[in-house]
Amino acid sequence: MKSDTARRLISRTITWLCAAAVLLALAPLALILFLVVTQGILSLNLDFFTHMPVPVGEPGGGMANAIVGTLMLIGMGALFAVPIGVISGIYAAEFSGSRMATAVQFAADTLNGVPSIVIGVFVYGIAVLPFKQFSAAAGGLALGVMMLPIITRTTEELLKLVPLSLREGALALGATRGWTTISVVLPAAAPGIITGIVLALARIAGETAPLLFTAFNNRFFSTRLDQPIASLTVQVFTYAISPYQEWHRQAWAGALVLVGLVLLCSVMARYATRRLERLQTGH
Amino acid sequence: MSRRLLSRHDIGFRLGTGLVALSLVLLVVFIGLELARQSQLSIAKFGLSFWVNDVWDPVSGEFGARPFIWGTLYSSILALALATPIALGIAIYLSELCPARLRQPLTFLTELLAAIPSIVYGLWGIFVLVPAVRALQTSMPDALRALPIFYGPPLGVGMLAAVLILAVMIIPFTSSVAREVLRAVPVAQREAAYALGATQWEAIRAALFYGRTGIIGAIMLGFGRALGETMAVTMVIGNNPQISLSLFAPQYTMAAVLANEFTEAADELYLDALIEVGLVLFVITLIVNVASRLLIWRMNRTVTARKPAPIVAAPVGDAA
Repeated sequence: MKSDTARRLISRTITWLCAAAVLLALAPLALILFLVVTQGILSLNLDFFTHMPVPVGEPGGGMANAIVGTLMLIGMGALFAVPIGVISGIYAAEFSGSRMATAVQFAADTLNGVPSIVIGVFVYGIAVLPFKQFSAAAGGLALGVMMLPIITRTTEELLKLVPLSLREGALALGATRGWTTISVVLPAAAPGIITGIVLALARIAGETAPLLFTAFNNRFFSTRLDQPIASLTVQVFTYAISPYQEWHRQAWAGALVLVGLVLLCSVMARYATRRLERLQTGH
Repeated sequence: MSRRLLSRHDIGFRLGTGLVALSLVLLVVFIGLELARQSQLSIAKFGLSFWVNDVWDPVSGEFGARPFIWGTLYSSILALALATPIALGIAIYLSELCPARLRQPLTFLTELLAAIPSIVYGLWGIFVLVPAVRALQTSMPDALRALPIFYGPPLGVGMLAAVLILAVMIIPFTSSVAREVLRAVPVAQREAAYALGATQWEAIRAALFYGRTGIIGAIMLGFGRALGETMAVTMVIGNNPQISLSLFAPQYTMAAVLANEFTEAADELYLDALIEVGLVLFVITLIVNVASRLLIWRMNRTVTARKPAPIVAAPVGDAA
């Protein structure tokens, strides 16, 4: 039997180690954010957003085409994933407990765990190989598949947060279950769901792997769905592994834009969900 | 609500939403089938030898995936060993020890680690981590550098850089699930431990033990993430298909070979072999993820099943 002093010492040590673990994990976060901001700010200017990439050796240039490309890819992904995801989420929440709803939840979790590069290979097989052409549409589909499980689970969880009394009120007035969900429950959860979707879009905007062989890359400005299209992430990757200093600077600027986008959305989402929680608990 | 009470409209609602939801299930199945179909050529030619052959030579048309499987498993297991204690420490601190005022902001910050894009981790890896690893290796005494796990020229890129970056990237996934698990453990478990004279750590250990299924699930979830991580690893691991124990040796992972070689695959056999690598990666992550989810779900069920049972003092002397 260990003495009491020894047991207390062990307890004290381990609790301190736990606090140290938090600091240890936050250190790389701080280091990465610091470096991205200090390096990125050097090359981030108006030209970055409005100019096209220039060949190696020429100063200046930007990523206008990649920014438009990322927005288009995200838009197409959302067009595919938001309707399917929200409806699946409604099903999973409203018929929660049924075997089918469990299967849907499980499929969403499984899909969420499929590596993004594998999603890229899959979409290559169904949307690039048959047409022998990398395309913006294929890239959008790949991002859509990535968004789908997140949107489904977010919708489901937020619908489940809606107080039962609202639902009961609608049912007591004679509404059917479907009508109750669409006219009462869904609007009540809508702000949260929209926040969740925005956050999902921001995170998926940072994906590179599923785009490498679907949307590919494009040095030129393009908005055609059947042609390869540039994206911020693939462009940052191309620049990062190149041997040119000037391109490295551009890569840091691209990274800053990506991180800024995700951070901004995360902070906004946190603010919005806290307000929602307060509304729901009445504090 | 009982199913008999559903009106005809409700059946329409259920069927309509259900059909859309079904597409999610079918999609997962479809991904597996499609990957298998697209890699037919390679599966037919190499069969099981694909898993154990060491040679990856696109020029002579010989493809074995073992170096990639090794690289993926080795990097993920080492990253897991590094990340798990830290992630559990974070989960314990945030759910048990943290002052209430700090809890929300610290939780938010640790989860930001998961929000940073993989490509940004990679960028940081190339320009900061890789030079740091190189410096570490050159400053090591020669006696140490002769050991098999530290053997090799000081390149900077290699297994260690990949492991470090992977560990940072999976911490938020493991810690957030483990935190939920700990939060789901009934307070009575800890109170019982304290009542028996336990120290704070002993009470936490009791809670960890109660939630062990979920904790293991959380750890496996992190493992699944590590297996499939692509960009950051591709940028720092060195991309050399060799099987080595050395932490400083440049190696290769399944995800990285896909990212690097997919668009260069000139002939059909090469492409099919790469798609088969994707299939192998899909199958491995699927097994890990399904196991992890089952564990987490089982944990949640046991907890919620026990929660509603009200604690009622048994009437004294009542013959049960």
